[in-house]
Amino acid sequence: MSAAPGTFAVTLRDLERRFGDFVAVNRVSLDVRQGEIFGFLGPNGAGKSTTIRMLCGLLEPSGGQGTVAGLDIRTQREEIKRSIGYMSQKFSLYDDLTVEENIDFFSGIYRVSREKKTERKAWVLDMAHLQEHRRTRTGLLPGGWKQRLSLGCALLHEPRVLFLDEPTSGVDPLSRRSFWDLIYQMASEGVTVFVTTHYMEEAEYCDRLGLIYRGELVALGTPGEMKGGLMADQVLRVSCGRSHEALGVAAAVAGVRDAALFGRDIHLMTEDAEALAPRLRRTLEEGGFQVGAVERITPSLEDVFVSLIEARDRADGAQKEFKA
Amino acid sequence: MSGLNFRRLGAVARKEFIHVLRDPRALGIAIVLPMIMLMIFGYALTMDLDRVPLAVWDQSRTPQSRELVARFEGSRYFSVVARPGSYGEVEGDLARGRTMMAVVLPVEFGRRVASGRKVQVQVLTDGSDANTTTLAISYAEAIVRNYSQEILVEKTQRVTGRLPALPLDLRFRAWFNTDMESRIFIVPGLIAVIMMLIAALLTSLTVAREWETGTMEQLISTPLRGSELILGKLAPYFAIGMVDMLLSVLAGRFLFDVPIRGSLLLLFAVSAIYLVGALSLGILISAKAKTQLLASQFAFVATFLPAFLLSGFMFDIGNMPKALQAVTYLIPARYFVAFLRGLYLKGTGLTELWPECLLMVAFGALMLLAAIRSFKKRLA
Repeated sequence: MSAAPGTFAVTLRDLERRFGDFVAVNRVSLDVRQGEIFGFLGPNGAGKSTTIRMLCGLLEPSGGQGTVAGLDIRTQREEIKRSIGYMSQKFSLYDDLTVEENIDFFSGIYRVSREKKTERKAWVLDMAHLQEHRRTRTGLLPGGWKQRLSLGCALLHEPRVLFLDEPTSGVDPLSRRSFWDLIYQMASEGVTVFVTTHYMEEAEYCDRLGLIYRGELVALGTPGEMKGGLMADQVLRVSCGRSHEALGVAAAVAGVRDAALFGRDIHLMTEDAEALAPRLRRTLEEGGFQVGAVERITPSLEDVFVSLIEARDRADGAQKEFKA
Repeated sequence: MSGLNFRRLGAVARKEFIHVLRDPRALGIAIVLPMIMLMIFGYALTMDLDRVPLAVWDQSRTPQSRELVARFEGSRYFSVVARPGSYGEVEGDLARGRTMMAVVLPVEFGRRVASGRKVQVQVLTDGSDANTTTLAISYAEAIVRNYSQEILVEKTQRVTGRLPALPLDLRFRAWFNTDMESRIFIVPGLIAVIMMLIAALLTSLTVAREWETGTMEQLISTPLRGSELILGKLAPYFAIGMVDMLLSVLAGRFLFDVPIRGSLLLLFAVSAIYLVGALSLGILISAKAKTQLLASQFAFVATFLPAFLLSGFMFDIGNMPKALQAVTYLIPARYFVAFLRGLYLKGTGLTELWPECLLMVAFGALMLLAAIRSFKKRLA
């Protein structure tokens, strides 16, 4: 392995997981530096949770290697569990226990030392803003509060690496924002955060991103790198009236690889935006649409991911045809 | 794998105690259900025959016939509820289930008894329930034979002037259950059956619930060990199980008047071992089933039926077909039933009952080990 365990919190080499014939994670390789917020993106079922579960010692890999906090994910699973915090997709505290009882339970499970116990409990209650609700049954708390408490319980033993599997799904935007403030706080204290999400605005908060699609790592880099260099296509934004109807007409213009609606605008993927722009305007105006601005724009992360995923689909399709 | 950590075990046990205390339904099952079962089975499952509803058709209406009828009336086993006047009525009562047996004395009964000649007494029974009928017939037979013997003795005395000696005199005495009351036999066995069912039902939900709510995934991601989780989960249910045991023993003693002739210490010590086995079996089922519904249904079928039917509680093992007899050796309730009956009725201790006790220790240890092993720290 090229990476020294000291500098990387997570290293993966050709990690693979099969369920029968289905390949959930297909030869994924990546490194996460210590103290980094690493975002793992992908649509549902792409293999995000399966990967994170292998890293946390919940699932055995079918192939490949990996380390977490310098420990081998195949042979040192129990050691890993002592130095990581994990928050699963489902809310996983006990509803019939009070806030305090849940904290005490996990504090016991992680054997937080007696001297530190009180201090850590106060820290969690503070961090989750639950000081006044310490005796409330956890099941009665709103979603965002539960989420903060889950995070607190996963951090009781001060782990060096934190794994969060879609921590903000089903939480309102405001709570989501304050949850990310907590993640930043953790990272600033040197904790490595490995987080999966399918919210694009959350992806922008990460130091680095990995995009996983159908079990394969499709792209890896900082949000800036992704928007700048990863996309072969250029993006043309067209504002025009009746954009729903115009979308079909625009997609049929020669040179347009893909067309999608973003709000009231149409985004078009093309190899050469400058050449396409006048042709497109003419076609739309001939079709009776009122065309406003047509301009080349810097792609958003969403544009990048859509384009990458579609490129992958096209490649897979071509491969299939070739095989047939 | 090093040994278990008591801090983690304690954390699990405390949380499980809170679960139980905050769930009134679970507490209800734990405390009320065994008492209800004890009441229902203890009172309903009596195998004694009492006050068989009887019809008497005395066609003779003589002092002799009235004497025999009086003996039926005086017996605690019969209760004369009908006085039919024809075979039609006799049959009607039997068919409607108003009576179970009818005694018919012929017109010539009084005359023939008085003159010392042989006479027939007809007994008609409803044979649908073979066991009860057999018992009732034997009681009726005893009454008639007694009367017949007295007539003979009286006649001989009249003729010879002295009391004749009967050649054989049967004197029997039932040991251990002097009054031969079946509840004294049933209640100890019943305790064994109830404890098996309740224990397995209680724990069958605990692991499956954690899978259903998703908390199991969280637990697997921590350093928690199987032994710590399982022993921690057992702790509160063990306490409840011992309370149930105490309540059952008290109910047996003061409600059903079942005396305890053996050592109370031994009784509770062995119960504790049996309880650990039954609780672990429930956990094992729970870990395999992964849903609460499936787990509780399976626990019911896997514990109640064998404990009820194959433990020797309901049916004598000696009368079962050989193949089924072999199966009973695998039913732990079999040993507990034998142990409880020995201890309750005969006051026997470890000297006689050590094989049963040893097998229960083996069952408890095996189940506990299997339950701990059943906790795999991974998802698939």
